[in-house]
Amino acid sequence: MTTALKRYGLGALAIAVTIVVFIIPLAFMALTAVKDRREAAKLDFSWPTTFNFLENFQDVLSARKFMLVTAFINSTILTVVSVTILVVLAAMVAWILQRRRSRWNGVANFLILSGLIIPPAVVPTIWVLQSMGLFKTLPGLILIEVAFGLSFCVMLFRAFIASIPKELDEAAVIDGCGPVRLFFRVIFPLLRSVIITVIVVQSVHIFNDFQNPLYFLPGDANATVQLTLFNFQSQFTTSYNLLFMNILLITIPPFIMYLFFNRQIVAGMTAGAVKG
Amino acid sequence: MTVNTAPTVSAARPRQAVAPKRRKGKSAYPYWFYLPAAVVYTALFLIPTFASFFFSFTRWTLTDFTFIGLDNFVQFFQEPALLKGLTNTFIYGAVTSVLKVVLGMLLAVLLTSQIIARGYLRSVIFFPVLLSSIGVGIVFTILMDPSKGMINKALEVIGIEGPAWLVDPAWALVSVALVDVWKGVGLATVIYIAGIVSIPAEYFEAAKMDGASSFKSFFNITLPLARPATATVIILSLIGGLRSFDLIWAMTKGGPGFTSDVIASVIFKQYQAGFYGLSTAGNVVLFLIVTAIILPLSMFLNRKEVEQ
Amino acid sequence: MTTSNRRRWTSLAVGVTALAVALTGCGGGNASGGGGGEKTITWLVDNTENTVTYAEQIAKDFTAANPTIKVEVETRPQGGEGDNIVKTRLSTGDMADLFSYNSGSLFHQISPEQNLVPVTSEPYMANVSDSFKPVVTAGKEIYGVPVGTGNAGAVLYNKKVYEKLGLSVPKTWSEFLANSRKIKEAGTDPIIQTYQTTWTSQLFVLGDFANVAKADPDFAANYTANKAKYATDPAAVKGFEHLEEAAKAGLFNKDYASATYAQGLEKLANGEGAQYPILSFALPELKVTFPDKLNDIGLFPLPGDDASKNALTVWLPGGVYIPKSTKNLDEAKKLQAFIASKAGCDSQTKAVGANGPYLVKGCDLPEDVPAAVKDMLPYFEDQSKNSPALEYLSPVKGPALEQITVEVGSGIRSAKDAAALYDEDVKKQAKQLNLPGWN
Repeated sequence: MTTALKRYGLGALAIAVTIVVFIIPLAFMALTAVKDRREAAKLDFSWPTTFNFLENFQDVLSARKFMLVTAFINSTILTVVSVTILVVLAAMVAWILQRRRSRWNGVANFLILSGLIIPPAVVPTIWVLQSMGLFKTLPGLILIEVAFGLSFCVMLFRAFIASIPKELDEAAVIDGCGPVRLFFRVIFPLLRSVIITVIVVQSVHIFNDFQNPLYFLPGDANATVQLTLFNFQSQFTTSYNLLFMNILLITIPPFIMYLFFNRQIVAGMTAGAVKG
Repeated sequence: MTVNTAPTVSAARPRQAVAPKRRKGKSAYPYWFYLPAAVVYTALFLIPTFASFFFSFTRWTLTDFTFIGLDNFVQFFQEPALLKGLTNTFIYGAVTSVLKVVLGMLLAVLLTSQIIARGYLRSVIFFPVLLSSIGVGIVFTILMDPSKGMINKALEVIGIEGPAWLVDPAWALVSVALVDVWKGVGLATVIYIAGIVSIPAEYFEAAKMDGASSFKSFFNITLPLARPATATVIILSLIGGLRSFDLIWAMTKGGPGFTSDVIASVIFKQYQAGFYGLSTAGNVVLFLIVTAIILPLSMFLNRKEVEQ
Repeated sequence: MTTSNRRRWTSLAVGVTALAVALTGCGGGNASGGGGGEKTITWLVDNTENTVTYAEQIAKDFTAANPTIKVEVETRPQGGEGDNIVKTRLSTGDMADLFSYNSGSLFHQISPEQNLVPVTSEPYMANVSDSFKPVVTAGKEIYGVPVGTGNAGAVLYNKKVYEKLGLSVPKTWSEFLANSRKIKEAGTDPIIQTYQTTWTSQLFVLGDFANVAKADPDFAANYTANKAKYATDPAAVKGFEHLEEAAKAGLFNKDYASATYAQGLEKLANGEGAQYPILSFALPELKVTFPDKLNDIGLFPLPGDDASKNALTVWLPGGVYIPKSTKNLDEAKKLQAFIASKAGCDSQTKAVGANGPYLVKGCDLPEDVPAAVKDMLPYFEDQSKNSPALEYLSPVKGPALEQITVEVGSGIRSAKDAAALYDEDVKKQAKQLNLPGWN
């Protein structure tokens, strides 16, 4: 009796609460995005009388000389390139770190931990980027994302590599594999599942990043999606439908990621956290 | 988190470490694999971090600097606007961490019990974690509008006059913290779920046999055995909370006035104004605060865990 | 050991590449057209749509009048990034033949005496308004001609509301308060404030500066020299006090804390609010959003204590300057002359409409100019009735004024406190600029 009550009663209550707390704000966003300007300005939670999806979609894309399109291209390049570099570099570090014990390990562990905790020093980073000629450039921001993401990725890879039997390496070495071939031909393919995790988690993270582009990639020509959204906030104060359409559009990539890689995302974000 | 991993693992496998015999001095695990990562990390993280200690004692224009001793730090602790950022950082970190721990724990217990629609609940609670802070910030800025916003309109229906949220000096910071919890509680929940699932089921069964109420088994089994999860949630949300910038910048920009400024937003404002030395000093202050809180805390939390 | 060696080499390699990149960082061609009697000159302007539109119109009309000279408009970003580009191109001798840049304190930061061609004695300078000359003067020489229109930091008000209640334009602060009370009694919001767009909160202070300057003509100089302070100067502190007084009297719209600039303009246009202290840059926006209401809007200066000294705080247009590095000095001067002529103003009006008075003599505004612009004209014409905003007279400006004024208007901080806090805020800027008297 009581268990049935708990099973259905508590469940129903939880569903009701999540609808109010989570679903309604998200639905509000989606509904406002398809309203016309006048209706959106009321800011109420109502079913749109007319659906202006395509119109709003076109308007928001073409605003400020197709800034959002530029932004999507930039964000895609930023995400793809920095995640690729991150995966390769972090896996290399993690592999050596896990396999070869030496006095460097202490240093490396300390540095990894620092990278997780220490807030990056902004202006000095700009100063370094500027001296390399990379400030306000996409390559500069890519390297920034790599530098700031390394610690987390190395951690994930190292935990996973520990589960790969070492005998495999030894067999390959006996077969005459050099370290490069050993790593890229033998080890790397075995990391497939953790690589997917890293890719998914870091893509969402970098795609959503606001602070780093704000500091290291200012200027309209290089806008990323988050920066563009932020700038639209002050520009579209009278067209909430377009503002929300913009939010809706930049929510779609993470949403698709979530649909397909739900498990990896959760695994990646909790890994290193509750290690067994 | 990793603090305790390294020593235990390396202690466990001292023999294996020597195993890959180098042939003529060449290891199968060459150190140069560290190199590309080390170069990027050194140039863009370590050097700026070290440089920040130097430049925080200067008045700096990026091309020129004048050494001014402790002036920047004095300014930080004297100027009311900057000091406000400092205290707010603590409040924000504490409020978000505590709420995430408590709510995350409760939700995780609920979602590991036998209720209906667990899959739906888990997905819907976790999804906001993946949303962009800016998007969430804008949506809630509009929902929290004092007169036209949906939240206050809804409260009005049930006869409560809601606060002015983001534009009320007394509420602004708390309002942003609440949105932060809305967005982040999903992560705390899944971490707790992982922690609770790893508790052997026998404990709960044994407790049930002894006739312990579910309250009792929560306090005597779940809570203590999920301590690693608690440690993780606290540390992750503190690191995030103390450094938090995106959401605050999207929702209040530190306003009204300076009432919801945190160190990260102060750093940005000083940077914008061209006060690079002062901005960097803010970074150093943030660095000191974060390490001074996180390091002892993680050592404390992890030691307890070992004792268990 | 080999590792540490290797490290050293790579760090060296990184250093070398960084240096190489830094050395090649600057560039940019210098296209000077030649031969055939036809010349091309370049003109660098900022990249706002408004500026580019009128600059291209001027270039076109200029070439029509001078068929042998072509003008190529180049653009640069705005803000600090643009400032740096201008400074770099000047110091490397790589500047366009002419360039547009701010007048006032920013103008002084580009070392005019070192970098620019003085034009004091050129005949076309006779066309330039005397109100403008001081803000493009360094030492004894004048260096630029105005482009764009003047603007004001003033109160935009809804004339219909005023008419309905039989009010007249206030000349003093107490008249302003009396008007506001009457408006409130009639059920309209007397003063619009919009703190969601924080910069709009500064107008009570910034827009009051002309009154400060008339009461204390040396304030700007003393302020720059660290001798006058907002908190202690009885005229200067008024701006903060007026804001506090208006807030305490409950004269703001109810949603002042969450309202935005755009909403403020809407309230003003609809007559939901009567008076909005704001920059006249709002007029073109009103024109776009509420074209049929534009002529309901009038303008008066922020009132001070003394009706006879009530003056308008003006935001002067930027200047067009010629760098010493130009190889086409004569042609560049011809363009300058064109800009400082009636034909130049007409080009601009044709391109973007007239949003304020031109600071060129003989430039009449078209008949259909907005009512608020007409209200500005008498103040612009008589130098005793206007003063440039403080930012044109002093490089000392703190970054946090907008937060501080929000605090005063929201009742978080008292006027006295706020003025003192702003004086502190300003110190950082003065020290950063290494101004004499501040260290």
